[in-house]
Amino acid sequence: MEIQARKEGPVTVVELAGDLDTNTAPEAQEQILPLVEDGSRLLLDVSRVPYMSSAGLRVMLSLYRRVASQNGELVLVGLSEEIRDTMEVTGFLGFFSTCQTYEAGLATLQEQG
Amino acid sequence: MRDLDRVDIHPTHALGGFKVRPGRPLPFGATRVPGGVNFSVFSSHATSCSLVLFRRREREPMAELPFTDEFRIGNVFAMVVFGLDYENVEYGYRMDGPYDAAAGHRFDSSKVLLDPYAKLIAGRDVWGQEPDWDGVYQHRGRLVFDDFDWEDEKPLWTPFEDLVIYEMHVRGFTQHPSSCVRHKGTFAGVREKIPYLKQLGVNCVELMPIFEFDEFENSRLVPQSGERLVNYWGYSSVGYFAPKAGYAATGTFGMQVDELKALIKELHRHGIEVFLDVVFNHTAEGNEMGPTISFRGIDNRTYYMLTPEGYYFNFSGTGNTLNCNNPVVRNMVLDCLRYWAAEYHVDGFRFDLAAVLGRDQSGAPLANPPLLENLAYDPIMAKCKLIAEAWDAGGLYQVGSFPAYGRWAEWNGKYRDCIRKFLKGDMGQVPEVARRLEGSPDLYGWRGANATVNFVTAHDGFTLADLVSYNGKHNDANGENNNDGTNDNDSWNCGWEGPSTDAEVQSLRRRQMKNAIALLMVSQGVPMILMGDEVGRTQMGNNNAYCHDSELTWMDWTLLEPNAEIHRFFRHCIAFRRGHPALRNAWHLRHEDYMGSGLPDISWHGARAWLPDWSPASRTLAFALCGRHARGGHERDDSIYVAMNMHWEAHTFAVPPLPDGMRWRVSANTGLAAPQDAWERGLEPVLDPQDWVVVGPRSVVILVGR
Repeated sequence: MEIQARKEGPVTVVELAGDLDTNTAPEAQEQILPLVEDGSRLLLDVSRVPYMSSAGLRVMLSLYRRVASQNGELVLVGLSEEIRDTMEVTGFLGFFSTCQTYEAGLATLQEQG
Repeated sequence: MRDLDRVDIHPTHALGGFKVRPGRPLPFGATRVPGGVNFSVFSSHATSCSLVLFRRREREPMAELPFTDEFRIGNVFAMVVFGLDYENVEYGYRMDGPYDAAAGHRFDSSKVLLDPYAKLIAGRDVWGQEPDWDGVYQHRGRLVFDDFDWEDEKPLWTPFEDLVIYEMHVRGFTQHPSSCVRHKGTFAGVREKIPYLKQLGVNCVELMPIFEFDEFENSRLVPQSGERLVNYWGYSSVGYFAPKAGYAATGTFGMQVDELKALIKELHRHGIEVFLDVVFNHTAEGNEMGPTISFRGIDNRTYYMLTPEGYYFNFSGTGNTLNCNNPVVRNMVLDCLRYWAAEYHVDGFRFDLAAVLGRDQSGAPLANPPLLENLAYDPIMAKCKLIAEAWDAGGLYQVGSFPAYGRWAEWNGKYRDCIRKFLKGDMGQVPEVARRLEGSPDLYGWRGANATVNFVTAHDGFTLADLVSYNGKHNDANGENNNDGTNDNDSWNCGWEGPSTDAEVQSLRRRQMKNAIALLMVSQGVPMILMGDEVGRTQMGNNNAYCHDSELTWMDWTLLEPNAEIHRFFRHCIAFRRGHPALRNAWHLRHEDYMGSGLPDISWHGARAWLPDWSPASRTLAFALCGRHARGGHERDDSIYVAMNMHWEAHTFAVPPLPDGMRWRVSANTGLAAPQDAWERGLEPVLDPQDWVVVGPRSVVILVGR
């Protein structure tokens, strides 16, 4: 799995590429969690993630919890139709703010405060 | 405080290419531990055991790890395996021991066995998808993430007497194309229909078996019709700790655990409790001719009730009987129920053929069955509702005498039989009807009205529409020459057998269905209705449709339109019950005016006030509930008067007077067509004059007094 992070003004953009499952989820967690600071604005772009397993869903939720506990914001973009549906059905979707496009997500986070 | 590493989480051995260490016996099953997975399985009689590991969906095992002595604690085999690809591994056990059928041992080391405590089972991931019949290991244990975010969910703890239970088949509820849900026939599908359930007014769904079962069990082709019959109802458990993958939209991904939890969480958010129909009386392994999936190969003698010659007792009618009062099995049942109550937040359980749970290891009924006692007193289950189907297929009929320990409620088969007879106008029913409407104090006098689950229909038997359309069963489609299914239906076809275009027949059938729901909703006790009765769902007279996965058994949502009148009336009656605490007493009524209101809590009448006609030829009866006496006088309610006329001629009923200032109003009258058949609260027309009401033939009139 490829993980790339960069700053766009106040927003931390993290792009994931590849399946998010038990093999890659721990690595994703290890690399992304340290990027979360107090009041972080995190844009998670998963448009190049074809599949998320149960482990993948859990890592996403853990990220959300960490960001929330540090008074930050997290926006998810690039969810495929299938992954969005899976998240909905398993009860994981409701926790997240999602946007259709990267630009919309960025705009949402840049607007805050 | 920062976590210290445990000192017992490193490997000590290498087996089958994996690093391992001796495991811990509890919890049983496969559990995530630091760095690995703890596998624990027990057998009282196996001489050896090995853990068999597969790569997901591969036919042949990738490794076999023997439990040598250092991996045994008593009769438990326990091992931690490190470095597993958690989501891509399937596991089972190979056990060896004596093969001595007469002594009850059927060990077979050629079989790979499913862990009885498997929390996720693969092999039937998509309903109806043809399995690999030659595969040696059909139902495979998998590893599950059992963490779930329930957020701030608070238990509903709805008082039993306040429930209106809806008995539902998960697949059947939304599989029909007309359901218009995204994921038909699944837990996700049920979730999409929550608004429908709320509008109907039910606050509890009882799900027919959702433990993993094999829909292909006993699957056969009916020569005449070419239809493929399957195990549709699911009363045949493969594993007690895993939800059926084929009931999940995400079954192919193995996410059924999360999907079911998400459904339960959402139902709870909308105030709807969830009961599971559980089947501990037998397993899917059948008798000695059946497949060896799990229990038979792990510890046959312990798990099954066996005759002295080693054959299988058959008190379930399906081939085998689970040995529930054996201490080991008892613990498994307890572990199972605790697991569903604690991890899935299940609110209650209905036990199929529960009389089996009160039999000892040789099948004899016990006065004080340890399993039932354990369940009644268990701390984790303490707020769960427990319902027994208090009979079995071996002749043990315990309605009213089930070992209840003050906790168990029962499916009241006597309520069903009596109300059905009354509805079709049988003679001599009136005295028993009174008892049933009062919550059956003759059966549960020392327990209270909430010991009885009242119902007119259930999955077993006719649907409500068929109860009023058929005199006899029509189960030819089951391919058994119409020999299966009960003959005691107490049904009446209203003048024609089967579908009819005659307006009078149709009108009478509608009226009879309204009579049934009206009586059910004004009865003391806990009411249960069958999925689809509210829209007149029909199974074309099939009263044992267990094997049909088709439009015959699916909820047909197109019926909402033509049967809107029935649906509206159901909603009215359910709302009526939920809005009137006088109908929902936990305790039996006393026939006394202990509040000094001028009316006793309940009084019985006939066509003449205060003078019920208990004679054999009587088909008329009425009762009045005093609003001051609701819930033992703790709540105030309207007074309620219900007049029931199951005669074929109209009768005038004299209505008892209300205290000054109050007036009787008409809430419902099944003798009239919609919209006069039911009036919303606040809009009920005042009864004029106040002292009598004409009740049409085969009709029920409900008045409220305020």
